[in-house]
Amino acid sequence: MPTMSEQILSRVAGRPVRAGEVVTANVDLVMVHDSLAPGIIRILHNELGAERVWDPRRVAVVIDHVAPAASVQTAEKQQEVRRWVRAQGIPNLFDVGRGISHPVLVEEGLAQPGMLILGSDSHSTAYGCVGAFGTGMGSTDIALALATGKTWLRVPETIVARARGSFGFGVGPKDLALRAARLLRADGATYATIEWHGVEQLSVMERMTLATLSIEMGAKAGLIPPAGLDLTGPLVPTVDADAQYLQVVEIDLSQLEPQISAPHYVDNVADLSELGRVAVDVVYLGTCTNGHYEDMAVAAQILAGRRIAPGVRMIVVPASAQALHRAAADGTLATLLAAGATIGTPGCGACIGRHMGVLAPGEVCLFTGNRNFRGRMGSPEAQIYLASPAVAAATALTGYLTDPRSVVEGLPVTTGNGTVQAG
Amino acid sequence: MARVWLFGPDINTDQIVPGRYAPYMLKDESELRRYPFIEHRPDFAASVRPGDIIVAGKNFGCGSSREYAPLALRMVGIGAIIAPLFARIFFRNALNLGIPCFTADLTSELTDGDEVELDLENGIITTGNGRSIHLPPPPLFLREVWAAGGIVPFYRQYGRFPGEVA
Repeated sequence: MPTMSEQILSRVAGRPVRAGEVVTANVDLVMVHDSLAPGIIRILHNELGAERVWDPRRVAVVIDHVAPAASVQTAEKQQEVRRWVRAQGIPNLFDVGRGISHPVLVEEGLAQPGMLILGSDSHSTAYGCVGAFGTGMGSTDIALALATGKTWLRVPETIVARARGSFGFGVGPKDLALRAARLLRADGATYATIEWHGVEQLSVMERMTLATLSIEMGAKAGLIPPAGLDLTGPLVPTVDADAQYLQVVEIDLSQLEPQISAPHYVDNVADLSELGRVAVDVVYLGTCTNGHYEDMAVAAQILAGRRIAPGVRMIVVPASAQALHRAAADGTLATLLAAGATIGTPGCGACIGRHMGVLAPGEVCLFTGNRNFRGRMGSPEAQIYLASPAVAAATALTGYLTDPRSVVEGLPVTTGNGTVQAG
Repeated sequence: MARVWLFGPDINTDQIVPGRYAPYMLKDESELRRYPFIEHRPDFAASVRPGDIIVAGKNFGCGSSREYAPLALRMVGIGAIIAPLFARIFFRNALNLGIPCFTADLTSELTDGDEVELDLENGIITTGNGRSIHLPPPPLFLREVWAAGGIVPFYRQYGRFPGEVA
């Protein structure tokens, strides 16, 4: 019986397909972002000779990678992208401040269960949070999809990451994903899909944490069954009891400790308790992986009524305008500001090392994002540790890598979809 | 003769071209040819010659979807990349740009700076002392894309995608 990937790819290929087959498929949605759009537009028109995109309603353009523009060059290129969007009659342009492509396309209802979504960004596995087969491709593949509405791909095998139990205090989806990276390693899911089972308790954006980090294990897609979400789409993929899997990894959430990924590889993961005292200069909460409302709320609960340590900069960049609005409306934002954090424009921020918090040589950053590669956020001599928003907040309080369980004893912390657990 | 450039495992696209050196950030995009491995291996861009070969460990090209990473390698004329496992997006991008990639682990057979000859057609590397190393042939549909010079010329020539029945 078919895996989720086989169910979705059979729909878009127009015939039943199985893992290992190379298929040509109809694409439901193509996402293009500012960083690569100028090159994609050039390939589309100059190399492929296509004058129009195949279907403007199935294209979404997002200005998130350098938003707002950081230089004359980036400003000019964004201007070119806006003109192109108008000329092509593309209705879905999400401009500076709307947020990162991945949460925005979910919030806008453009990413739906059962779709095949291509993005010019490797974290396009994100759309798996609604049960869509999202995958990242390079500029030429994206230009071909824009010209034809089609792409080709090999139907992937599937690895299952199966969670059981519920998260303990101060532990959440980021810890689950980092533990999976520790087990599967950075190449363990190459050419495969990761299906995340046993995570129905998570909100859509918490599921996005798992889906975005799937690429850090090499995965082509990271799918979470959309059961329980009130979403409609062309197909609601389900977990079939008889589906064939390449591998199943089991993770007991109740035994999971806060995880940390140390420089300079995402799969260089340990229990936080295994590390010694590591002082940090910057705590950065943001990205499509962990810049969601839920992430700001977890941090605010830990920081409420307290101040971050002297000498630490805490930079919060919400993943989307909607997340920022929600945080502003319920006091989460005020709590973060009162604790000494600062807020940036919703978008990718310093995740690609281009602006809004670039690191200097020798600086140490606790980052809630998805990559700690050398030089990722600026200087190649900087050190980036990846961890959850709860670890980020606890670390901001003390100035060194800190287990959230050590600073919030007795305080209830919301985890999962509104579940409250006592400390 | 081609020089062998040896790299370790898990070379990510930020190491090939950091995001700060993306065409998006440059005044003149042709500058990109100066930036492959700008921080990871600063001597590379200055001394690489057309036809040179990259021999790397597993998971070459992991990370970002940035096509400008293999594009920078094409701009300096890299003749082939040989690694036991390629990250998926990088492999696809390299294929699309017409850069031959062979799946083989030669990291213990060749050393950095070796001068070798690559017979691309037959997938044979001949080392300086005359030893032949046979590379596993990629699937036919991939070789067809390389032969066409990349996915754009392939699509324009055949009007279909790789693997699709003509």
